Amino acid sequence: MHPLVAADAAGLQRLLHAREASATEITRAHLDRIAETDQHVSAFIRTLDQSALDHAGDIDRRLSDGDDVGALAGLPLALKDILCMKGVETTCGSRMLQHYRPPYDATVVRRLREADAIVVGKANMDEFAMGSSCENSAFFPTRNPWDLQRVPGGSSGGSVAAVAANDVPLGIGTDTGGSVRQPAALCGVVGVKPTYGLVSRFGLIAFASSLDQVGPIARGVRDAALLLEVIAGHDPRDATSIPTEVPDLHTTLEAGVEGLRVGVVREFMGEGMSDGVRSVVTAAIDRLGALGAEVVDVSLPHAGYGVSAYYLIAPSECSSNLSRYDGVRYGLRVDGETTERMMASTREAGFGPEVKRRIMIGTYALSAGYYDAYYAQAQRVRTLIIRDYEAAYADCDVLVSPTSPTTAFKLGERAADPLAMYLSDVYTIPSNLAGAPALSLPVGLDDGGLPVGLQLMAPVLGEPVLFRAARALERELAIDSTPRGRGSLAEVAA
Amino acid sequence: MSAAPGASPPPPTAARDSGVEQASRFEAVIGLEVHVELNTATKMFCGCAIDFGGAPNVRTCPVCLGQPGSLPMINAKAVESAIRLGLALGCDIAPSSQFHRKNYFYPDMPKNYQISQYDVPICLGGELQVATAEGFRHVGITRVHMEEDTGKSLHVGTSGRIHGAEYSLVDYNRAGIPLLEVVSEPDLRSAEQARAYLAELRAIVLALGISDAKLEEGSMRCDANVSLRPVGHSVFGTRVEVKNMNSLRSLGRAIDYEVARQTDRLSSGQPVVQETRHWNEDSGTTSTLRAKEEVFDYRYFSDPDLVPVEPDSDWVQRLRAELVELPAARRNRYTAEHGLSPGTAALLQTSGLADRFDEAVAAGAVPADAAKWLTNEVAAWCNEHLIDSAGVPLSGAHLAELTRFVSDGTLSTKLAREVLEAVLAGEGSPGEVVAARGLAQISDTQALGAIVDTAIAQNPDAAQRVRDGNAKAIGALVGAVMRATKGQANPGLVNQLLQARLHQAGER
Repeated sequence: MHPLVAADAAGLQRLLHAREASATEITRAHLDRIAETDQHVSAFIRTLDQSALDHAGDIDRRLSDGDDVGALAGLPLALKDILCMKGVETTCGSRMLQHYRPPYDATVVRRLREADAIVVGKANMDEFAMGSSCENSAFFPTRNPWDLQRVPGGSSGGSVAAVAANDVPLGIGTDTGGSVRQPAALCGVVGVKPTYGLVSRFGLIAFASSLDQVGPIARGVRDAALLLEVIAGHDPRDATSIPTEVPDLHTTLEAGVEGLRVGVVREFMGEGMSDGVRSVVTAAIDRLGALGAEVVDVSLPHAGYGVSAYYLIAPSECSSNLSRYDGVRYGLRVDGETTERMMASTREAGFGPEVKRRIMIGTYALSAGYYDAYYAQAQRVRTLIIRDYEAAYADCDVLVSPTSPTTAFKLGERAADPLAMYLSDVYTIPSNLAGAPALSLPVGLDDGGLPVGLQLMAPVLGEPVLFRAARALERELAIDSTPRGRGSLAEVAA
Repeated sequence: MSAAPGASPPPPTAARDSGVEQASRFEAVIGLEVHVELNTATKMFCGCAIDFGGAPNVRTCPVCLGQPGSLPMINAKAVESAIRLGLALGCDIAPSSQFHRKNYFYPDMPKNYQISQYDVPICLGGELQVATAEGFRHVGITRVHMEEDTGKSLHVGTSGRIHGAEYSLVDYNRAGIPLLEVVSEPDLRSAEQARAYLAELRAIVLALGISDAKLEEGSMRCDANVSLRPVGHSVFGTRVEVKNMNSLRSLGRAIDYEVARQTDRLSSGQPVVQETRHWNEDSGTTSTLRAKEEVFDYRYFSDPDLVPVEPDSDWVQRLRAELVELPAARRNRYTAEHGLSPGTAALLQTSGLADRFDEAVAAGAVPADAAKWLTNEVAAWCNEHLIDSAGVPLSGAHLAELTRFVSDGTLSTKLAREVLEAVLAGEGSPGEVVAARGLAQISDTQALGAIVDTAIAQNPDAAQRVRDGNAKAIGALVGAVMRATKGQANPGLVNQLLQARLHQAGER
């Protein structure tokens, strides 16, 4: 592996600013890496070689002229294909938007560009972010670099697999019910779901508006913090954006966990979890204790209803959010005799089965006569879960649990069983419902050699303590995040 | 007997014979839903300008086109307009209200949902006092809520409607313009009352300056809910919603038609069907637009892209303190302080010239004179020149000057009209016009005396007839004087001088 693609973001920045590597060299190395690996991983729907090299050349010129460069200068980044990029096809993993070119940039995309991050490609995803395996992409499935016969998780599987495959040091995903954290766990990288409202949703193609949140992906906690500090911050174009200062993550990042109270969520340590996940997660929690954290048992009594509530709230919002895809203004159009026929045929052809299923569930849940029993009831459950967290944080600084009940499963294994797929997100969903931040940290491998993620959770705007705890454990465990072993990318790409 | 007329058994044959008797057995129950398009600088949820005309789809952006990933931001000025109207109608201003999504598919709606307010609107429970032939009537205001307008579809084909069109074009320039929907209680009982209510609501909106409120152009739109019930019953009958009335007159016609149609049905034992009906201006009838079964399930839910609207109470208090004088108060002031008749006060109000009136009175005009000139000559001039009364090029000071010229005899009424025309044509103040055109009325006794003498000398027959007691004969002499002065002689003074001379001569 080329040393430039083996390096993390912080290392690349040192090389760049010491003039030991140019942005162009860094970018070329990563584009070469993608050319080598992506035939096996299929992380990208589209790479942006030319614009990436142009941007890198511009950064190099500014560096040699002594001009300012941004906080992410020269760092290649995989962008989930759900964030609008002006003039660049943004598909959302769907036939519906296969040739859609947004007329504007998402706020996150603008901030990344202003920070001089180099977007090298648009990453694959489950269609409209609905899925936990990346198999719901309308185009092709993405594969897990640790075992190419297995899924990378989803829906941000493309961005996560790209980071795990050393295609890029940084990735951007979105997390509605676990879509950053679950694939991060399955691919052995760090993935963060920030506080709802910390990162602007403007230009993020909506799945479930009250749950969607953009999050950073990296091979280490420091790189994830670096990226989050760039994309976070109030946006006057998003009414749900929190008008607050960007949290300072780096000052306390290395402060350790001594004295922190770490709550182990009882409801997330019960049945349904694989033995491998249990033993790796338990060992990681023990190490937190050994580092000086006070590990206590806590309960989120209503968290068990999270999946049920989520699968009413998210589909309800999606049924409305996705009604704009009708063939009238943009995206796919299938002609019809009448306007209604055209709209129906377009939606029939443009949406895949999982998207249709959720639109149907949501339409039903919002219908007159069912609203109170389903949508309103789910919102009440959401309130109870928020109160559970508040009670838990009265006694704890952070909470921990497994990120996913299992390690990566085989392609096709759960495709026919939506409920089994939905249960992949049983531990991640409650944080989305509560609007609170959570992070998945790789903490080891199971007996099959597949990565296991520990989920760390913090109260709303508790990112500093979240990153601090994750960094302490990361330093202690010193995990090697390079995919290896039988069936892995290492067998087919150096 | 069942309370709902729709379910009543047919009335006995004897009672069906007299139409007059029939009509009087039922009472109309009417409520109005009025949409007011706000005149804010920008749209409800984005920064696109609000304007009219121009090419299609030029005033659009990713937000009002519903592009993927775009998000709405609430226009604070529109919220302010909603609060001001709510305060003017005596509503409670909700400390926290919400936007909901109203979901249904229609090509001129960019997101296939309309952002509107549902169960927690910004204004609740007001009242409007309406003057009717039977005296004042209190009409309850159920609510005022905010929402966004849709685009406009153009269906190309012989039918002109979406069904049977060859193709359709959509213009989203209007999409996202802020609307206020004002919902009345079913407190109206006749077409006349409904018209009076709408006119009064329009006057309030205009007084607040939050919309140009043009029914003909759609910046104010009105739907009517009409039902009948037997006189004396308190339970409502089956309701029909009538749409597409674009003037006060068509509102009145549509309600009259609908009341007659429902009366006919109920009188002949047929139920009224709950439905939405379309008013057709040309045929003067209503026809079914949507049956009850076709009513959409809008699947309302709170818009997760927006946060609750929570107006600061200080802000609301300030808006309350700054509320302009409302039409009813103004009319009361005109009758009580200025002695105008209620009819003239109302006419001033509806003509849109009340501000000019106040200015003219402030500049010293006699109120009755100023009102008379405004409601007659100035209003007519505006109509004739298709000029909005708000933009009439006549200051209150000029009007005051004009009425003073009439009352002090400088101008005859006829000349004053000519001067007004010239002032409106931009020729200057009344004084400047009079000077420039030499129009001042000759009221100088000495100057006129000589002309009067000449007239008597040149018309000896007429003079003699007057002396002989034929009072009418003086007309010929007056006419001669007026001709000689090109109409500028003060007619009263001419008469006086003639009488004096002929009377004097007779005595001699």
